[in-house]
Amino acid sequence: MSSNKETFGKTVGFVLAVCVVCALLVSFSAVQLKPLQKANKLLDQQTKILEASGLLEKAGKDVVKTYNEFVVAKMINLDSGEFVEGDVINFDERRNARDTDLSIKPEDDVAGINRRSNTAVVYLIRNEAGTIDTVVLPIVGSGLWNLMFGYVGLESDLNTVKSVIYSDHSETPGLGAEVLNPAWKALWPGKKIYNDAGEVKARLVKGGAKANDIHGVDGLSGATLTSNGVTNTLQFWFGKEGYGPFITKLRAEGVK
Amino acid sequence: MSSDAKKVLTGPIVDNNPIALQVLGICSALAVTSSMANALVMTLAVVFVTAFSNLFISIIRNHIPSSVRIIVQMAIIASLVIVVDQVLKAFSYQLSKELSVFVGLIITNCIVMGRAEAFAMKEKPGVSFLDGIGNGLGYGAILMLVAFFRELLGFGKLFGIEILPLVQNGGWYQANGLLVLPFSSFFIIGLIIWAIRQWKPEQVEKD
Repeated sequence: MSSNKETFGKTVGFVLAVCVVCALLVSFSAVQLKPLQKANKLLDQQTKILEASGLLEKAGKDVVKTYNEFVVAKMINLDSGEFVEGDVINFDERRNARDTDLSIKPEDDVAGINRRSNTAVVYLIRNEAGTIDTVVLPIVGSGLWNLMFGYVGLESDLNTVKSVIYSDHSETPGLGAEVLNPAWKALWPGKKIYNDAGEVKARLVKGGAKANDIHGVDGLSGATLTSNGVTNTLQFWFGKEGYGPFITKLRAEGVK
Repeated sequence: MSSDAKKVLTGPIVDNNPIALQVLGICSALAVTSSMANALVMTLAVVFVTAFSNLFISIIRNHIPSSVRIIVQMAIIASLVIVVDQVLKAFSYQLSKELSVFVGLIITNCIVMGRAEAFAMKEKPGVSFLDGIGNGLGYGAILMLVAFFRELLGFGKLFGIEILPLVQNGGWYQANGLLVLPFSSFFIIGLIIWAIRQWKPEQVEKD
């Protein structure tokens, strides 16, 4: 490397040239791969929703077809509980929550989500006969390290749990990350969210739930804070600032 | 293949291992070694980035003004890392969800910068490319070895397939919770370094 080639103009020119080439490479790959990435993301979401509704095994490899056949995504207003028009495909709860016009600050933020979007997308799942037999509701709440995203599948009485499926989390592997353990997920079906008075009672029980406890599920051993996070997330999302109004309304009108 | 090229390619795997001898790239070795599958993908990503950053930097090495050479190297490395991240998102969404943060951090992996600065700036493109692959593989070898112990003893699995049935799933094996946590890699890497230096005493530093 001789020093004579280092004039100011040459250095700037060289750096610019490198930047242009690198920028072309990066933007080319980003643009070319975008459709594939979007499809992957959608497929991942649809897989989780089918899992929450208990249809994943039946779907086998054909997730998209099964999803389109049985699942209807609808947007709701969380405060009124009514269905509203909206773009359900590009909906992003966390993006809305950053926008003060589209979200509120919950009075009792037990789930630790800071702000909550005014709208939500719910998934109504039809059975072969064409009647709705499962409702899948997305949930989000703080775990130990970060927000945990998941879905709760409810039977058509809107009280009996069909599944609790987490899709995205950063909990400790082997401890909090056991929310993904099939053995733990298998504890959920049949549990009730509400008691007779309409209070949210579903929770994780440290040290193990009693056999006759219809609301409690075993806590995750060694992960008290993650377990508390799951309990609080359920408390919030099934309470009056979550899906409470929607569930009340849907029950009154009848699930159809 | 000439013996020189072979030495460049295989030397970094044991004799001049970037993690065990040069002690570079430790942070990502802690983070991604909780499962073999993650470690394998990370290895491939690093091999790709070191190989091509070495190649491109070597091609233009005689034109890089020495006053801005680090920035030019960084620009090339960063571009390659973004490409790897995009490809991963497009073809292996599940893995990219777990690895995305760490793939981004390949930019700061000292092995890539180290090889660019120490090797590719002086040598011809072909041999630089091999050096990149060799160092990527050397990094990967340690990663896979650490991941083998962590996944087997921490989760009772290898590549996600159950080898030792866990107590919580009705088996007999009580998983070692320590090995699930990232810092346990320090112990394993320490033991690997000790083992290599027992085998090849010339690697031991003089006091």
